[in-house]
Amino acid sequence: MKVALFIPCYIDQFYPQVGIATLELLEKLGVDVSYPEKQTCCGQPMANSGFEHLTGTCNDHFIENFSGYDYIVSPSGSCVLHIKDHLHSVHRESEAENIRSKVLELTEFLLDILKVENITATFNHKVGLHQSCHGQRGLKLAQMSELVAPGFSKPETLLNMVSGLRLISLDRKDECCGFGGTFCVGEEAVSVKMGKDRIADHVQYGAEYITGNDMSCLMHLEGILKRQKSSTQVIHIAEILNTGS
Amino acid sequence: MTTATGTNPHSTSNSDHAALAGKFNKDELRVDWHDKTLWFIRKKRDKAAWQIPEWEELREIASQIKNNVLSNLRTYLLEFEEKAQKNGITVHWASDAEEHNKIVYDILSRAGINKVVKSKSMLTEECHLNEYLATKGVEVIDTDLGERIVQLAGEPPSHIVLPCIHWKKEEIGQLFSEHLGTPEGNSDPQFLTAAARIHLRQHFMSSKLAITGVNFAVAETGEFVVCTNEGNADLGVQLADIHIACMGIEKIIPKRKHLGVFLRLLARSATGQPITTYSSHFRRPRKGQTMHIVLVDNGRSERLGSPDFRSALKCIRCGACMNTCPVYRRSGGHSYHYAIAGPIGAILAPGLDMKKHADLPFASTLCGSCTNVCPVKIDIHDQLYRWRQVLTQNGHVGFLKQSGIKGMAAVLSSYKIYQFAGSAGRWLLKYLPFSVNNRFNAWYKQREMPKAPDQSFGDWYKGNRKKKVEKIEN
Repeated sequence: MKVALFIPCYIDQFYPQVGIATLELLEKLGVDVSYPEKQTCCGQPMANSGFEHLTGTCNDHFIENFSGYDYIVSPSGSCVLHIKDHLHSVHRESEAENIRSKVLELTEFLLDILKVENITATFNHKVGLHQSCHGQRGLKLAQMSELVAPGFSKPETLLNMVSGLRLISLDRKDECCGFGGTFCVGEEAVSVKMGKDRIADHVQYGAEYITGNDMSCLMHLEGILKRQKSSTQVIHIAEILNTGS
Repeated sequence: MTTATGTNPHSTSNSDHAALAGKFNKDELRVDWHDKTLWFIRKKRDKAAWQIPEWEELREIASQIKNNVLSNLRTYLLEFEEKAQKNGITVHWASDAEEHNKIVYDILSRAGINKVVKSKSMLTEECHLNEYLATKGVEVIDTDLGERIVQLAGEPPSHIVLPCIHWKKEEIGQLFSEHLGTPEGNSDPQFLTAAARIHLRQHFMSSKLAITGVNFAVAETGEFVVCTNEGNADLGVQLADIHIACMGIEKIIPKRKHLGVFLRLLARSATGQPITTYSSHFRRPRKGQTMHIVLVDNGRSERLGSPDFRSALKCIRCGACMNTCPVYRRSGGHSYHYAIAGPIGAILAPGLDMKKHADLPFASTLCGSCTNVCPVKIDIHDQLYRWRQVLTQNGHVGFLKQSGIKGMAAVLSSYKIYQFAGSAGRWLLKYLPFSVNNRFNAWYKQREMPKAPDQSFGDWYKGNRKKKVEKIEN
């Protein structure tokens, strides 16, 4: 099984440790994983701003880098959802279709493909899980509170395997943090208020760390936490799953 | 080219959603109160939905009935017209808001009436009927309590089901003391409601004509159903000689048996009640009464012809998407500057006037909560995404944004440029914090910038994995 590691651009540029943790974790689990070095971005920042028509060359570039693998795995629900929903190409549509069906977010890859039942990780902290919307509602990594349907959560299942980790419960388990791509600057006031409210929910239950599947949401929350000089930190789920072994 | 104004350089005008939401957020305690009030209703909705084990099946059935309606709209409308006429109802067709308003005024003026009572109708809000009739010297008394409150305050409703949800009871007490003469400082809800009741009763008793909205019109029988909690539609109609019901053409359902599906979904989704207090069927005028129904298009046919956006016509106006929307709860209904606020308003409004409402599809994080709470399964957040594409391609996005995105597209399409821009970007963050962290940077206003690492993941990979591979190969 040949796996390509897809590292979103903002992780590559601002949070390399999340990429490293993802890579090391997959290697530890015996996955034959490589990183196509000329990858850039999924194109979501442009498409969500209404410029999907300008993503053609970006899409072809993605196809060029990620064709020919059994799976493409990424530590981001949002970028994976974008590829799944919007990767198209005028000249290479069959390859695009193939990629759309093989791109997976890290936690779903661990549980659905690798069928991981144990994780040898230790994290002695109180942790709050932020269910990022695109992963949760888009990729169905966890059940959403809007539906009358049985509950499940892939990230929670994995976090429960981590020794010493105490997962807190929240008043609003799946409310959006307000990042939303360019929304975070275009609608600055509402974006920050949403982030502050999410943080307050985690902090009231004593979260030492807020974790999640999307570093973009966590980057937004981190920016507010730091401005508040809060002791609560953010950490990507891959970093927790890759600890203490 | 649009210019940046206000405190947010990304906001393109003083009156777009971002700017209005920014104003709303100046009073954070009020935002907290507004958010919690609406979240309470969302939780009530959840509780009510969970009491129906087949809830998801019910949503699917409702969605399919509405799909069928949209595919056979002409047939059902003609069937309805025929049956309604047989029942003694006068049926009018209006192609747009202006024609709708004229039809209503014609009925009024022919009867020599200059005062009407009106129960809640989002269609008449959409058509600005009150303003139109005011120019003709006709006084309209909104009889829904929430609507009467915002009417006295000279405001439009901020929510389609809860028109005055943005008003606190103390403020309503003050408003009533000014307009209804209640004692100053009294904000007891029961007292204020009783005062409104006395005030409205005078108007009910003296109005010869009543206007109502329509929640559902049944093609099979030619009847229509009006749902209220206050009974104000019924009281108005029963005391008036003339009843005018105004409805958008999408409100039709094929058969009476389908009503059960929608009545079960509507109130549960709207307020968490099992059913509205009154679900009144109007089938034929009583003796001596005249009954009119105005069927209004106002852009709906055009919408029907658009595969990307037609399913917005399935909406039953429950307001669940507003209550669940984290942006609506924290920006208030008036920030949408359209009769219908929230996610559903943001996909309906651009269909009527793209330029005027170009900001609304961007007033969302695309979190998808609206789509999944919607009782008729409208793909609201996907339509928001598609509207963004349409608006951009029609030139309704600012030049600054456009040129920025073009630059981004160039960077992300080439590894070489990306690598260069990335190292330049990180370098900028690390060594020139004030060039990024200034007051024009909307991120930095209330958030710290991410800390710049020494190297990107790509650089790390080259140094730590590629070498290993090469060593093994050597």
